[in-house]
Amino acid sequence: MIGWIDTVIQGVLLGGLYALFAVGLSLIFGIMRLVNLAHGDLIVLAAFVILVISRALGLNIFVALVLAAPILFGIGYALQHFLLNRTLGRDILPPLLVTFGLSIIVQNGLLEAFSADSRRLDADALETASIALGGGLAVGVMPLMTLVSAVAVIFALNYLFYRLPLGRAFRATSDDPEIAQLMGVDNRRIFALAMGLAMVVTAIAALYLGTRATFDPSIGPARLLYAFEAVIIGGLGSLWGTLAGGVIIGLAQTIGAHINPEWQILAGHVAFLVVLVLRPRGLFPRAVD
Amino acid sequence: MLAANFRIETATAASRTIALAGAGLVLVLVVLPLFVSRGLVQDMIFVFYMLALAQLWNLLAGHAGLVSVGQQAFVGLGGYLLFAFTVILGIDALAAIVLAGLVTGICAFPTALVVFRLRGAYFAIGTWVVAEVFRLLIAQWKQLGGGTGTSLPVSVTNEVAGIEWIKRVFDVRTAAARDMEIYWVALALAVGTVLAVYFILRSRRGLALAAIRDSELAAESVGVDSYRTKLWVFAVAAAATGMIGALIYLQKARISPDAAFTVIDWTAYVIFIVVIGGIGTIEGPIIGVIVFYLMQRYLADFGTWYLILLGGLAILVMLFAPRGICGYLSERYGISLFPTRRRLVSDKDSPGM
Repeated sequence: MIGWIDTVIQGVLLGGLYALFAVGLSLIFGIMRLVNLAHGDLIVLAAFVILVISRALGLNIFVALVLAAPILFGIGYALQHFLLNRTLGRDILPPLLVTFGLSIIVQNGLLEAFSADSRRLDADALETASIALGGGLAVGVMPLMTLVSAVAVIFALNYLFYRLPLGRAFRATSDDPEIAQLMGVDNRRIFALAMGLAMVVTAIAALYLGTRATFDPSIGPARLLYAFEAVIIGGLGSLWGTLAGGVIIGLAQTIGAHINPEWQILAGHVAFLVVLVLRPRGLFPRAVD
Repeated sequence: MLAANFRIETATAASRTIALAGAGLVLVLVVLPLFVSRGLVQDMIFVFYMLALAQLWNLLAGHAGLVSVGQQAFVGLGGYLLFAFTVILGIDALAAIVLAGLVTGICAFPTALVVFRLRGAYFAIGTWVVAEVFRLLIAQWKQLGGGTGTSLPVSVTNEVAGIEWIKRVFDVRTAAARDMEIYWVALALAVGTVLAVYFILRSRRGLALAAIRDSELAAESVGVDSYRTKLWVFAVAAAATGMIGALIYLQKARISPDAAFTVIDWTAYVIFIVVIGGIGTIEGPIIGVIVFYLMQRYLADFGTWYLILLGGLAILVMLFAPRGICGYLSERYGISLFPTRRRLVSDKDSPGM
């Protein structure tokens, strides 16, 4: 019994990590209807940026994250400004194929620069720290921080969307790009800012990815799939739904692994397919595709 | 007033010439393995199956609006079914290729039930998820080696129907005879796929596909059942992809889940071929596969840099010449080698306009 309760707790905490993966994807789709197939590889890229900064300057990874965030914002802004803005339009093929090409470039670029070795972000004492819940149960501090960060990121983004002028511009372009332009919003700049913002969220996700387990350049696509599944399960356009979707994938994976370690990933995918069959528009749909 | 009679035509003068030239080329390709080295025969097998995969992906993405990044699901499934039919059930490999195609086509229906709930770009990632599910499920199949994979026993590869005949008639060793037989099957599949795609596009269903691609709403309003049309195309493409997968793994004679369901080999390369050649045309993948083969042959040793180059080229083409080499040529010179567009021709006009 204790084993099951522990499994469920671990699953919910893992869900926080998947929600962090998914929020960036959800943000980009929500604002510019762009599905970024390179999202997983960009998460891994962010992890390497944090790794390089913390190693080169001998910094704690949380400080390294603060330094990495503006760099990744710049990468995201430039990517959207110089490349992805050119692909937006009625045809779905250009953005899909360009981001697919980008995924291959990022993945192999990282492989060339850092080799296929497994890396890890070192969180020192925090890594092994845990909080006892009584009854033989305990939660790790890092997994708990992951979930708390996911909730905090979603709160912050919702605040931005509904309280700040930039958020209003985001929502306006999302609702009707032409009218937004007539009102003096520069869509292309808004899109670039959104991609930069998504990359900052990605950097936060990458920190927890790198402290939780090892990573190497090849693991990006699998992260893209988890993120995508969380977004679809939650329903398009709802960040809290995305969190719920992440938790469902996390739960399915830990419960699957509890039954048979070989079923971990499979169980997550199957949970996604089941939700897709039963509730094709997700659990908390808001936007219409 | 126009007194002329009007006809609907798809053929052009250039296309009639190319049909003859194409038939000649196929004849040359049929006898080619009798005169060239085994290395070249094996290279040509690669070209044939990549061409067939590219044509099928193009049928889905370029004509039916079904942009899949999960075709490796059907390549891998076809390959594994070949192993299951030959190793476990003892069926002859040639029959197993056909059966593998049929079963893969049947598997496409439950797959479609799920992924057709997603549209556009989300459909793309959905197909990728399905391919991962196939890979993880098949890795549980202990009889076929589980996660590490397995090899075809020599008894299967060397006793394919027809090999003895080839050995006798052409006086070659078993290994060479195997290559020749697989070469002919691959050629038949490639030519068959090109012709099938061509005739599908010229048929009523092809017209329905074009209508759906241009405007799904308008197509439905004139009576096109878009769900069934797409389902049909998806299943046909899956069945053919499964047959090609079975052939690929008959040649490789060794299979593992990671290799059989790799997104790079069976989807990324295939997309590259179609994008470079020209999406939405039949001649596009043919040109694309030649470009790809040359790059693979001379640049593949550069490993990661080669892949970065492929990705970069695909992005550049998508941004600056979205219709690929073929689109560029047909825009510039009005050449269309496999015309599928219906044109109104007046008897007074010169034909071939």
